Amino acid sequence: MEIKVLGPGCAKCKEAEKIVLEAVKESGVAATVEKIADFQQIASFGVFSTPAVVIDGEVKVVGKVPSKGDVLSWLQ
Amino acid sequence: MAKHWRQTHVREKSSCCSAAPKLVFACSGGADVGALADQVARKLTADGVAKMFCLAGIGGRVSGILKTTEAASKIVAIDGCPLNCARKSLEEAGFTDFGHVQLADLGYKKGESPVTEERVLTAAMATVPHFANLS
Repeated sequence: MEIKVLGPGCAKCKEAEKIVLEAVKESGVAATVEKIADFQQIASFGVFSTPAVVIDGEVKVVGKVPSKGDVLSWLQ
Repeated sequence: MAKHWRQTHVREKSSCCSAAPKLVFACSGGADVGALADQVARKLTADGVAKMFCLAGIGGRVSGILKTTEAASKIVAIDGCPLNCARKSLEEAGFTDFGHVQLADLGYKKGESPVTEERVLTAAMATVPHFANLS
């Protein structure tokens, strides 16, 4: 599973990354988590508000920090 | 000018690193009024009023386009003719809370309204209040 956390690096983006990493660890799912801060790369997903989370190419959330429960449900 | 407001759909409006965008969708149809709608959206983008976003991404259910649209603070659709393809595309994707501008309501008839700077400006000025009044 490939997970990308999109965001230039503000506090909420870091929080989103932290929650994703915690959820991955808690779920036991084999996944890579990549942080993407480059705006051009972020825009290539059709995303124009951050933070955002992409799992296996599908954008799951834009413009807010997801809850750990949300991320866990996406990992199932 | 008729206004078609949709207030029932509750969108997520929180954002952090980049503010929740104001998005404008144009039908960009094949007729002259479709081209006019397209140019109005591009002018609003160039002037910093809103960001033109891809209606094709809504129709194609592209996840990033859909989620960004859900996160938008304001959405306005511009249709060139009464077929209202832009409005219907957004509605088919589940969006109901958006402003709508119908160029026919401004007197622009299909086949009789080639793009001119004056028409673009007039239609743009009719669209701007939709961004100001939606909350």
